[in-house]
Amino acid sequence: MRPILGFVRKETLHLLRDRQTLAILILLPLVQVLIFGFAVRTDVREIPIVVVDPTPDVATLELRERVAASERFRLVAVAPSTRELDSQFQEGSVRQALVLPRDVERRLGRGDTLAVQLLTDGSDPNTGGIMQGYATAVLRRWHADATPAARGLRIEVATRMRFNPTLESAHLFVPGLVAFVLTIVSALMTAISITREKETGTMEMLLVSPIRPAAIVAGKVTPYIALGFVSVLLVLVAARAVFEVPLQGSLLLLLAESGLYIVTSLALGIVISTRAPTQRTAMLAALAGLLMPTLMLSGFIFPLESLPSPLQALSHIVPARWFLVVVRGIMLKGAGLPTLWQETLILAGMTVLLLIAGSRRLTIRLD
Amino acid sequence: MSQGLAVEARGLQRRFGDTMALDDVSFDVAPGELFGVIGPDGAGKTTLFRILVTLLLPDAGSARVLERDVVRDLWELRRRIGYMPGRFSLYPDLSVAENLGFYAALFDTTVAAARETIAPIWRQLEPFAGRRAGALSGGMKQKLALCCALVHRPEILLLDEPTTGVDAVSRREFWDLLGRLRAKGLPIVVSTPYMDEADLCDRVTLMQRGKLLVTDRPAEIGRRYPRPLLAVRGGSILGLLGILRRFPHAAAVWPFGAALHYTDARAGAAPEGVAAELRAYVASAGLGEVSVEPIAAGIEDAFMWHMAEEAA
Amino acid sequence: MSGPAIDARALTRRFGTFTAVDGISFQVERGEVFGFLGANGAGKTTAMRMLIGLLAPSSGSATVAGYDVATQAEQVRRRIGYMSQRFSLYEDLTVRENITLFGGIYGLSNRDIAERTGQILSRIGLQRAARELVREIPLGWKQQLAFCVALLHRPAVVFLDEPTGGVDPITRRRFWELIYEAGAEGTSVLVTTHYLDEAEYCNRISIMMDGAIAAMGTPSDVRRGLGAATLDEVFLRLTRPGAAV
Repeated sequence: MRPILGFVRKETLHLLRDRQTLAILILLPLVQVLIFGFAVRTDVREIPIVVVDPTPDVATLELRERVAASERFRLVAVAPSTRELDSQFQEGSVRQALVLPRDVERRLGRGDTLAVQLLTDGSDPNTGGIMQGYATAVLRRWHADATPAARGLRIEVATRMRFNPTLESAHLFVPGLVAFVLTIVSALMTAISITREKETGTMEMLLVSPIRPAAIVAGKVTPYIALGFVSVLLVLVAARAVFEVPLQGSLLLLLAESGLYIVTSLALGIVISTRAPTQRTAMLAALAGLLMPTLMLSGFIFPLESLPSPLQALSHIVPARWFLVVVRGIMLKGAGLPTLWQETLILAGMTVLLLIAGSRRLTIRLD
Repeated sequence: MSQGLAVEARGLQRRFGDTMALDDVSFDVAPGELFGVIGPDGAGKTTLFRILVTLLLPDAGSARVLERDVVRDLWELRRRIGYMPGRFSLYPDLSVAENLGFYAALFDTTVAAARETIAPIWRQLEPFAGRRAGALSGGMKQKLALCCALVHRPEILLLDEPTTGVDAVSRREFWDLLGRLRAKGLPIVVSTPYMDEADLCDRVTLMQRGKLLVTDRPAEIGRRYPRPLLAVRGGSILGLLGILRRFPHAAAVWPFGAALHYTDARAGAAPEGVAAELRAYVASAGLGEVSVEPIAAGIEDAFMWHMAEEAA
Repeated sequence: MSGPAIDARALTRRFGTFTAVDGISFQVERGEVFGFLGANGAGKTTAMRMLIGLLAPSSGSATVAGYDVATQAEQVRRRIGYMSQRFSLYEDLTVRENITLFGGIYGLSNRDIAERTGQILSRIGLQRAARELVREIPLGWKQQLAFCVALLHRPAVVFLDEPTGGVDPITRRRFWELIYEAGAEGTSVLVTTHYLDEAEYCNRISIMMDGAIAAMGTPSDVRRGLGAATLDEVFLRLTRPGAAV
């Protein structure tokens, strides 16, 4: 046991001595939360909107109130006709217009199809799409409440909204961020720290000692497991403090699943380090082989459904993909192991395979 | 006390791609002996050491260290060998004491248990115990590395180029430490590219291009120089060199500091006679008075002789 | 160029409160091979960096090839060659590519480069290896090649930082013959080395200690001055005054 403890102590010292790297590792989760939360946020607030309501009645008043009450919209005006709209859009004083037909309440009562026109400033297609989404959501909710019979018309949209009722993008990016940060801390740092020993020649001293390769790895990764947990907690706390991202499910389960993913990442780091001769190679391999897939192929940034099918297929071997489902499930849906056991099992299987692959490549000699 | 050989290498061979790093290397190291492997970079010293410390496998041949096979008895040997690799292999961000503590833990022991073994070295290192290893001078780094190699009280020391790149004074101090360890009966195998360090060993082997040129006591290697050797001094070195190399009986002429070492090609010739011939020859070439005197060959002379012979 | 190749006067460099080089004065004549010795950390590297114009002196002055190292660093650099054991040639380029590259850096014409490439390769016997990567050729050749490359633009002074570490004794002597040839052609050579026996090859040597020059002269003068048989002994007496020899 003493050799492993000695190792843990030494790795911890390395970690504490390298102030710059340590600072980066601790700040990284916080900065990422802020960057993704503020800069990359895909939700929009205070959209200047006009409601064109030629025949105001109880139903349209109700809709106008909903629009006015929402943080998303700033109700600029209620107009009787569309005459002013063109110039308002050109000025930019209005970015969205909700054009209602006549006799809304009567049509609703009859169960008629309601032809509502939604005009959106599409000069920035991304925000345009988002604004459209918000407005549609308000309309649907209003429509659904006003006509109880029409409830559940569009299942797909309804389900999405149920779990993110305010369409907060922060709620979606935080789980991805947990995976991203853990990949950096665990996989990248392990790979770098092992290859550093190769590069500086200290590996030679470790190899001639009676310590077994498995013990070297155990000693090496322990501090990074701890650091991984710290990072997860930092992301969660920051996300909660700044963006009020809720944690619906069990914290314990979330940490346990994170623990599993940390080991997966460490195993990936070990596999990389057994092949890479230098820190530089290890870093490039980790960036290209791990971080990019974690960002792109996990559903973190791009929804998996929107990927071309070869990439969708490829995403199945990206551990972060499964971890993301698990974290989103726990954090946003409050799901427990009964619903998430499949993903957990897949992740565990990958981890075992990676650990086997990594340990088979650990050598007891220099060649 | 009857003790087996500390090292017993038999026909070791190792190839890297097209390069024959070790070519039929055989030698013995007696118990308690300070044995030097002398050779330039690329001679194969590091490959030899790595095989002896179980880090590399030989392609052919076998080696026993402390009467244990370096391939089969890997784990036992790793506990009993003290090794210092050629490259500085400590953690620069850890302090002197932390480095030592780590290597002690690695061998499942403590620094306190090794106190007596490392005492002479630790005395010199102690004032710097809290300093980071990376901030030590070259000589101190090497002493720390030696200390780390000793912390598990090994039964043999294998040191690969411990004095390379270290200044002359630190080199001397390092060799003093080796002398003390040897006096306690610890067998030591040490490699070096510095020819002048050969004289500090009990026995040495001269190594070049994967082959052992000659293995013997240092004084004996000089004594066995097979040709008359003379030192020529005076005049311009470059001019003398050109002249002497054209002398019909010259086998080799090399600058040695301010002098030239001249080896005559005639094996049995009397050195005094050769000296007279050379003086006359140089004078006839118009280079004026030079001093020529027979000298005893050193390790470096012997190394160059064997190198040239090997190449021929 | 008239006057000495290197002329240092009370050259000093401080880093904060630490004085790395403490008022050293020395001259190196044209064609002289000057050994620049000292223990690790004695200030050799700092002094050398000032002489090649990489580091400004805190006080004092020095001229190299007649130009002031502090104010005319550009002219100085054009008239010096530099070779160190650590960096000299690009390992992933061939022998010929390295020569061409450095020739270009020193502003030689293509004809000059071609001519000197031929001269260098035949001088050190590397013709057959011209197309090989530098990393593939033996260390001894690498160092000789690096030295020739440092002389490519016919500099007035060439600085050699530990040029012969780890090479076999024959190659080391071939290297010194190259140095003597350069000296005979009028190039001054300033060389640092840890091989004290090698210092005996120099016309004159200086031994630095704690930033100052502790001894200077021909190797035999220095030995005689301290009543020592070898430079090794000289070194030991200077650096460890109390130590028994």
